[in-house]
Amino acid sequence: MTAPETLLQVEDLRVSFATEEGVVRAVDGITFTVQAGEVLAIVGESGSGKSVSVMTLMGLTRGQNARFEGKAMFDGRDLIAASDAELRKVRGAAIAMVFQDPMSSLDPVYRIGAQIIEQIRVHEPKVSKAQALDRAVDLMERVGIPRARDRVRSYPHEFSGGMRQRVMIAMALANSPKLLIADEPTTALAVPIQAQILDELRRLRDQTGAGIILVTHDLGVVADIADRIAVMYAGRIVEQGTLEDLFYDPQHPYTWGLLGSITRVDRNRAGKLPAIPGQPPSLLAPPEGCHFRPRCPHAFDRCTELPELVSRLPEAPEHPDRCWLEPERKRTLRQVGDQIGLATGETVIS
Amino acid sequence: MSNAAPTIEQPPPRDGSPLLDVEHVRVLFPVKSGTLIDRKVGAVHAVDDVSLQLREGETLGIVGESGCGKTTLIRTIARLIDATSGAIHFRGQDITKAGRRELQPVRREVQMVFQDPQASLNPRKRVGQILTTPLRLRKIPRDRLESESRQLLTRVGLHPEHLNRYPHEFSGGQRQRIGVARALALDPRLILLDEPVSALDVSIQAQVINLLDELQDALQLSYIFVAHDLSVVRHVSDRIAVMYLGKLMEISPAEALYTKPIHPYTSALLAAIPIPDPHENRSRTRPLVSGEPPNPIHPPSGCRFHTRCPRATEVCRTVEPQLTEYSGGHLAACHHPQHVSAQEIERATRSPASPLTAGDQAPAG
Repeated sequence: MTAPETLLQVEDLRVSFATEEGVVRAVDGITFTVQAGEVLAIVGESGSGKSVSVMTLMGLTRGQNARFEGKAMFDGRDLIAASDAELRKVRGAAIAMVFQDPMSSLDPVYRIGAQIIEQIRVHEPKVSKAQALDRAVDLMERVGIPRARDRVRSYPHEFSGGMRQRVMIAMALANSPKLLIADEPTTALAVPIQAQILDELRRLRDQTGAGIILVTHDLGVVADIADRIAVMYAGRIVEQGTLEDLFYDPQHPYTWGLLGSITRVDRNRAGKLPAIPGQPPSLLAPPEGCHFRPRCPHAFDRCTELPELVSRLPEAPEHPDRCWLEPERKRTLRQVGDQIGLATGETVIS
Repeated sequence: MSNAAPTIEQPPPRDGSPLLDVEHVRVLFPVKSGTLIDRKVGAVHAVDDVSLQLREGETLGIVGESGCGKTTLIRTIARLIDATSGAIHFRGQDITKAGRRELQPVRREVQMVFQDPQASLNPRKRVGQILTTPLRLRKIPRDRLESESRQLLTRVGLHPEHLNRYPHEFSGGQRQRIGVARALALDPRLILLDEPVSALDVSIQAQVINLLDELQDALQLSYIFVAHDLSVVRHVSDRIAVMYLGKLMEISPAEALYTKPIHPYTSALLAAIPIPDPHENRSRTRPLVSGEPPNPIHPPSGCRFHTRCPRATEVCRTVEPQLTEYSGGHLAACHHPQHVSAQEIERATRSPASPLTAGDQAPAG
């Protein structure tokens, strides 16, 4: 890899929504960067704020009840402060997005080709319709749609889920984006198709050098394709690092819990799964200090104070986490509590 | 789902017959077209001649891609859909054509838990009402209804005080627990679980899987666990059936399916799943299948998987493979089985569960 170029720099981004019940702090101060040619995976459970974070980058969460703080610098421009008109030029062109549900992301009454052509010509009005059609066919071939020349005339309902997701990727690629945001791009697809789509994304990164933000809850997908990972819990990044860091030296008890509670296709079943007791807090009234505290088996008095997201490991300055436990103590805990540090306790929940 | 290592040969049930016996069941959905008068122009072969048995206390996992017929199959077992042909026996009783009255005791014993706990609970009823309806059907006296419902809630790990809440006041995982409690209210023997944890977050999935495990041990339940996630299925199942385009491709004790998959389709499914461990993931060779499942209205001739199979030959295109029984109760419908020796193939026999239209060619190596 050549010298990494920072594509996106997000600094202390906060998003809150005013609701009837109170203010929901969906994203509570997150900081991360994305380099060209890398895949950053944002991992977390539903409600952790991972989708809201990336949709905010695209200006898709703007509304009367939404409030934003912080910065997201892309190409010398702050995406959070940018006007709607400015964002419209960036969105779909330099930053493209692939959504989870390919069924609802395409317009059912327009032919596939027409939708890709529109995507191209919105951002490059000088391209003629005929040229755009050629490019559409070319894009569809690139993402592995057979007989693309005929299939530009198909409607979305004539395509399967996997094929529709390929069309979404083709549209995302249409204006050679520098940054691709993929929000659960494989979740709605059957397993063999998932693998094909991940291959497609990998190829895209290698060929174009684009940066990819992959939002997912699937740690298998992460292990397969990510370079770096940010783990989110209840609106905050609790740990960030390389693939190696996160899988083989996880620092935050929530990450241990996530890694511990997944069933694995390559492992024999071993009685009870270590589950994280309880459930994520309400973002209307999150607990004081560390948000994971009420579910954390290792919480102590200091956890009512919010730990900074900094590296506590002298040997890995690029591996920050939000946990007060001493690194040495964490290693012991992880070894004692059956490799991963969480007891298989009762799971009665209130 | 006992914690003991899965034994290859299970002791036969006391009365010698399985709890559930599905024989050559087919479910065809007509495809209609035309204005004013509908003409039947074809049929979706949702489930096409599937036979399987379930023993008392066992968990059978059913896996496959979307559209393979796994959900249709269990809905047919629950008699929510009628089979086009074939027979379903529950405790030796033929329930395929049983009428409403005959079916009533069976309905009590066979319960279902659905994928989406949000959509499967009535939003306008309190949890108490949701649970007392099935309890009344069981003729539980009025004065015991509340204590029974409270017990059910405790049983599934919720607080008894939750009786007065509405479904929307719960999280996804808790709602799924209510779904399980509702199924338990009828004191069933068999629970059909249709993707019970797919809609839940990973950490909550583990909680619900553990709950199902505890309940099975405590209440001697039998489960059919339908899922597309092979890793979850591996964790919960004693035996696993793999379906593709309405056909049974392979059925075997859980461990053998993962360590020694015989059908190329099973291997392809396994290879496609990324392992949440970067080192092991990279060291794996992953023969991916290309393409997508063909149209179930016009399924391919011969072996349904031949259009995507790396091992397919002429015979696969023309002759439907029989379901061959290998040692250890491992069945697969493939002309070119993998991970079996020549001797094993020689000793293998044609299973009576083979589709009626299958050819009689023995598998070749």
